[in-house]
Amino acid sequence: MSESSKRHVLSALVQNVPGVLAHISGMLASRGYNIHSLAVGETENPLLSRMTFVIVGDDRIHQQVNKQLQKIVTVVEVQDISSKDYVERDLALIKVRAPSGGPRSEIRELVDIFRGRIVDVGPDEIMVEISGRENKVKAFIDRIAPFGITELARTGRIAMVRSAEMTEVEECPIAETA
Amino acid sequence: MSTIDAAQTTKMMTGADILVQSLVNHGVEVIFAYPGGCSMPLHQALTRFGQSIRTILPRHEQGGAFAAQGYARSTGKVGVVMATSGPGATNLVTAIADAKLDSVPLVCITGQVPTTVIGTDAFQETPIVEVCRGITKHHYLVTDVKDMARVVKEAFYIANTGRPGPVIIDLPKDVQLDSTEADFDVPMQLPGYRPHRPPVPESALRQIAAAVRRAKRPVVYAGGGVMGSDSAPQLREFLRITGIPCTTTVMGLGLVPADDPLSLDMLGMHGSAYANYAVRDCDLLIALGVRFDDRVTGHVESFAKGAKIVHIDLDASELNKNKVAHISVCGEVGQALESLNRFVQPPEDISDWVNHCLELKAKHPFHYDESFDGILQQHAIRTLSQMTAEMDAYVTVGVGQHQMWAAQFFKFDRPRTWHSSSGLGTMGFGLPSAMGVQAAHPGALVIDIDGDGSFQMNIQELATCHCENLPVKVLLLNNQHLGMVVQWEDRFMGRNRAHTYLGPIHHDEAAGPSDADRFAYARERYPNFVQIAKGYGCGAATVRRKADLEAALSEMISYPGPFVLDVEVPYQEHVLPMIPSGHTVDDMILE
Repeated sequence: MSESSKRHVLSALVQNVPGVLAHISGMLASRGYNIHSLAVGETENPLLSRMTFVIVGDDRIHQQVNKQLQKIVTVVEVQDISSKDYVERDLALIKVRAPSGGPRSEIRELVDIFRGRIVDVGPDEIMVEISGRENKVKAFIDRIAPFGITELARTGRIAMVRSAEMTEVEECPIAETA
Repeated sequence: MSTIDAAQTTKMMTGADILVQSLVNHGVEVIFAYPGGCSMPLHQALTRFGQSIRTILPRHEQGGAFAAQGYARSTGKVGVVMATSGPGATNLVTAIADAKLDSVPLVCITGQVPTTVIGTDAFQETPIVEVCRGITKHHYLVTDVKDMARVVKEAFYIANTGRPGPVIIDLPKDVQLDSTEADFDVPMQLPGYRPHRPPVPESALRQIAAAVRRAKRPVVYAGGGVMGSDSAPQLREFLRITGIPCTTTVMGLGLVPADDPLSLDMLGMHGSAYANYAVRDCDLLIALGVRFDDRVTGHVESFAKGAKIVHIDLDASELNKNKVAHISVCGEVGQALESLNRFVQPPEDISDWVNHCLELKAKHPFHYDESFDGILQQHAIRTLSQMTAEMDAYVTVGVGQHQMWAAQFFKFDRPRTWHSSSGLGTMGFGLPSAMGVQAAHPGALVIDIDGDGSFQMNIQELATCHCENLPVKVLLLNNQHLGMVVQWEDRFMGRNRAHTYLGPIHHDEAAGPSDADRFAYARERYPNFVQIAKGYGCGAATVRRKADLEAALSEMISYPGPFVLDVEVPYQEHVLPMIPSGHTVDDMILE
């Protein structure tokens, strides 16, 4: 990452009509923008969906992405929330090799520390659910990797600006320093 | 309410009829439409509205789409084209991409296979909306007849507001045939589309006025955004007040009268030397409705390097995209200029600079060898320009050398009289777009200045010109080569001919290094354009001698129907000046 490259989180409200995701991802790809993460889902209003982008680039690229998104007719609103106080989450499901009699308790301890959950237990592996900021999820993956990850799926980042007077209780200090 | 009352207050209409009624409601006078299995209900509906809409049958869907562009470019109104599903729809694609790059308002209607078989690889099925996403301003696949009136309303609104562009509406056949109560006053559902910018704040305009006042060496650089918003009067007024010299892009020809002493003509790769020098040396570049395209800037970092740049454009994404401006203003250029014109003062003293520009203009005019006794392309264009100066004339072009020479040597005094595929550079644009211009301006003289390569890409439209009474004239500058590529071969590739000769491949000209003289003609001529034109029912003639040119042009101009004048020209003439791609004005080739 060059010095001028920064991580930006954009949150876009889009019309919930067919083809919007294809339109937006096609535009980003054809203009050569580097998207680290893209998450999409319905909002409280069934006519609208929320898309969250994490892009990395200098200010000019970031401004271009923002403006090009706004030009798309079905994009209702684009917010750059990087400069604001916001909560960001990423959800991962991870299958880890854990034969019975093996390091199951060690894995369980790690999952507890990171406030994850074990959501499925098989004869040779267990499935862990973990959510949090990108750094925290990454830290967890780094710690768990030596046990042997057999499958991993992530939602991509979603984010929301905090209400002015609200504060978040950070759930896992380790993640912040990782 | 009784059933009789209900029948009177609500009108059941088919999707096809709703579409065509919507076109009528939106003031569409002409549609270019080529039928096929999945668009037949639409064509049947068009016959029911024949009094209100003229349907012109092109001979290729691409021809229809470029005709719609010609209509749109010359009037500022939305051009409309229709094609069937599958190949009909994909044949529109090039013209849609073209309209996107040149910001031409177009509504493209395609038939689609019935909704029940979409996705089954049905006969003549292509996912045209998927294909066109990146090259349209917006796109619709209508799956419910109830959406029809709203979608058409939105399509016209989107195509011709904000920065104009093409919109495609894909209509499955069952939706065309299905019926519903038509509500043409249905509200649009476009919560994210806000094309109308607030007026440019006065503070920004004051900043620009201050920059103008302080400037020692200012230049205005104006383009398609000024043309598309019909803001030539505001631009001319700004130039009159400030006395600043003005250059335009290829999209901007006609914004400033060609005989205005302060017009520096076109800038860029094949622009005038004086425009390019002026931009190199200016201390203030006022960029209006332009996008700093690479054909204008060359090496973009070096472009107007020492200058303060003011950039006004309606599309925010054009600001600081290719070139960072010192003052960038998002807004309607006509409105901004109108406000600015109320208080802007001329620069304190730019007489030295203006004199310098005039000297450059006198020293480096567009020129060619006038002593040559054959017809050079430039000579043919200049002569045509002089002969038509007092006429209501419109010019379209293909792409290549003839296009650039037409931009250099034809003098345009009015906006929307010059039409060129500028951003996409589509060969074959000339004849069909001329057809559309002619349909919009039946009494005008519409001339396609074309090359033999470009002409053959849509030559079939001669049939449309004949059959639909569109008396388009074609000035065919026939050098038997793809001249612009030949020019690059000559300049950068050791004159090695690589598939740039348009005659039979056993001819000497067809392959290998060329040692042709500057004024060489191709020995044999292929094809016989006069026979082809006559076969289509058009008038046609060939001219080779310089002395015969004016008489031949007169015959073409006064011919009552479509006419092809095949002008035999040599093939080693180069378009100059030339700034090689990615280079700077200091690398400009003048001779």
